[in-house]
Amino acid sequence: MKLSIERGALLKAVAQAQSVVERRNTIPILANVHIEAEGERVRFRATDLDVEVVDQAPAQVERAGATTVPAVLLNEIVRKLPDGALVTLSDQAQAGRLTIEAGRSNFQLSTLPKEDFPVMASADYSANFAAPAKTLRRLFDKSKFAISTEETRYYLNGVYMHVAETAEGRRLRCVATDGHRLARIDADLPAGAEEMPGVIVPRKTVGELRKLLEDDDMEIAVSVSETKVRFATPDITLTSKVIDGTFPDYSRVIPANNTRRLEVDAAEFAKAVDRVATVSSERSRAVKLSLDEDRLILSVNAPDSGAAEEELAVAYGDEKLEIGFNAKYLLEIASQVDRENAVFLFNSSGDPTLMREGNDESAIYVVMPMRV
Amino acid sequence: MLILHPMPALCRACLHAFESGPRCPACRSPRVTSHPELFSLSIAHMDCDAFFASVEKRDDPGLRDHPVIIGGGRRGVVSTACYLARIKGVRSAMPMFQALKLCPEAIVVKPRFEAYVEASRAIRAMMEDLTPTIQPLSLDEAFMDLTGTQRLHGAPPAVLLARLTRRMETELGLTGSIGLSHNKFLAKLASDLDKPRGFSVIGRAETEAYLAPLPVSKIWGIGPAAQASLEKVGIRSFSDLRRWERRDLMERFGQMGDRLWHLARGEDHRPVSAHEPVRSISNETTFHEDTADADILDGHIWRMAEKVASRAKAKGLAGRVVTLKLRRADFRILTRRTALHQPTQMADTLYRTARGLHDASGLKGPFRLIGVGLSDLCDAAEADREADLLDPGAARRAGAERAADAIRARFGDAAIVKGRALR
Repeated sequence: MKLSIERGALLKAVAQAQSVVERRNTIPILANVHIEAEGERVRFRATDLDVEVVDQAPAQVERAGATTVPAVLLNEIVRKLPDGALVTLSDQAQAGRLTIEAGRSNFQLSTLPKEDFPVMASADYSANFAAPAKTLRRLFDKSKFAISTEETRYYLNGVYMHVAETAEGRRLRCVATDGHRLARIDADLPAGAEEMPGVIVPRKTVGELRKLLEDDDMEIAVSVSETKVRFATPDITLTSKVIDGTFPDYSRVIPANNTRRLEVDAAEFAKAVDRVATVSSERSRAVKLSLDEDRLILSVNAPDSGAAEEELAVAYGDEKLEIGFNAKYLLEIASQVDRENAVFLFNSSGDPTLMREGNDESAIYVVMPMRV
Repeated sequence: MLILHPMPALCRACLHAFESGPRCPACRSPRVTSHPELFSLSIAHMDCDAFFASVEKRDDPGLRDHPVIIGGGRRGVVSTACYLARIKGVRSAMPMFQALKLCPEAIVVKPRFEAYVEASRAIRAMMEDLTPTIQPLSLDEAFMDLTGTQRLHGAPPAVLLARLTRRMETELGLTGSIGLSHNKFLAKLASDLDKPRGFSVIGRAETEAYLAPLPVSKIWGIGPAAQASLEKVGIRSFSDLRRWERRDLMERFGQMGDRLWHLARGEDHRPVSAHEPVRSISNETTFHEDTADADILDGHIWRMAEKVASRAKAKGLAGRVVTLKLRRADFRILTRRTALHQPTQMADTLYRTARGLHDASGLKGPFRLIGVGLSDLCDAAEADREADLLDPGAARRAGAERAADAIRARFGDAAIVKGRALR
């Protein structure tokens, strides 16, 4: 194999591939990236056996072929090469080395046989559809903060992407929860997605997917089966196993009868929560919300470190209410609001609270109160 | 010319203080302790001699001349062996079958913890007559700081300690060994030197010379693993340790390195503290027969969870890290742990988490021991403050648990149990 490629294009492709490589590996070949030159393209492939990314870039291929080299090393080398440099990759199969040349720099990396590199078996995708990058970005960005890290509830360690029946018809929906807060984000259902099985997209895949979604106008080809999900742009293909488990019936936990309505400027609210939470020394960081006629008092009382209080002008017309929350959760949901005021709907101090942006039902958040 | 310094000495039989000599000039007893610093040291460690076995022999004089082993059943481990059994090589924590092989004539007695707790309380009360600064390590051993008590009692600490063991013998029929030194580490080393009915002193002047030849395994907390890593760099004894620079030890062993550097010089700055913070709460049990039966294990996990939770509740503590411990039939120990989202003291949460750890571990039995632990402890006020969206039944179960706790507090532990506990 021998090829030449511009440093910028190489770096972009290698960086995308190497980010799925796990830093701690027990199987040596999984630390490597698979490089394949063919026609006028070079293809980089990396995997951790659960997620696979294939990234291609145009290159001048002098001699077709393939090999594998340590992904992190290759990425580091390319990153340190001068911008605009022409990089030549050539392998000597017998020597088990890959030579990287750029200007006067010369590197030799040891290779592992390309035949040993695992290829993710392709699935029978039961649904194939195209979705705008912007839509997917909103669905995942607004839900991923609620993904659980609890290993015992592995089926919550991802975003549940599925088709939901709603009053406005069928919608593409992403839900994530850790049992303490929940995010439910809806979007128009793309044509071809009707038959899509619901899948739990793992946290790591959500992180990798984000890198495909930077370009607003890009259409992402999505393929879904019971066991795998694939997201593809013309250059990058991300394939991932989905979490083998049943996502809990979240609809039961979304409060439908919360009537006490608070409307508040989300940015002001977040800043105030952040300020009062400063004195809270405990790990739980509880903030108390005291609501009265158009007035919200945020307070923290930490016996060891002190107390803080801040008053906000809000729209609230219901009877008095005192309710506590984890400050971190309040900050996270408040930061999801970007256009209108945040609307909170409460029931009692022990029941789940619902938050949405204005009257927009396409993104709702549920958060559990805590005892204060 | 040879100058003979008078050496302070104390007769532990009649508490007569005198100046050196192999026998007490007053009562002719040979139980004499003499040391240049005898009357100036004030940190003590008291360790009862074969405590559980001694209580049993006291309460059943028929056992007196027989080797006695305290332990749970045929399958358990030795919890205490009397000195007659120890002569045959029986040791604490030894599997029972092995102990009985070494000493087939031994009488195995099931532990009666109420009796031990009662005896321990009585000893504790005697210690409290001497000083308020007592740090119990378990039912049968404690540190005491007797600094500044001489004027109050009109006698130096050494005399008070000799009086304490004499009182334990006459009033409770139990014996103990005393270690007297200038810090806790050395006091504990000393109490072990002359067991049973011992009284040993490690003075300031001799500290370094005394420690030098000892193996580092004498340090509390240096187990086989730490020993191996020390041995890798050539540290076996305290004198090996002495050759290391403080910085190098810290670089290699972190906080432990710093502690080792101090201990190597016989320095231990930890105060005798009556309120040593509890770091973890755990409970474990050895099965009568190795088992891989999921139902039986489930019952055990529940009972362990319940015991740990009730101890946490009694202490006003909660914890965030749950540990499940399993010992295979081949004695290999497997542990799995997980951090909870919020601290808990509820048996229900502990049980569910430990059960989840067991199910997720993929470990197959048979097992001979199971344990559940709670650590990363904090105040109970911080516990269980958030309910779980996905588990709406949790609040009801928590309510039921609190109600059951209240019933037990009033009518005793057996008043109400879960069916699961009977498995």
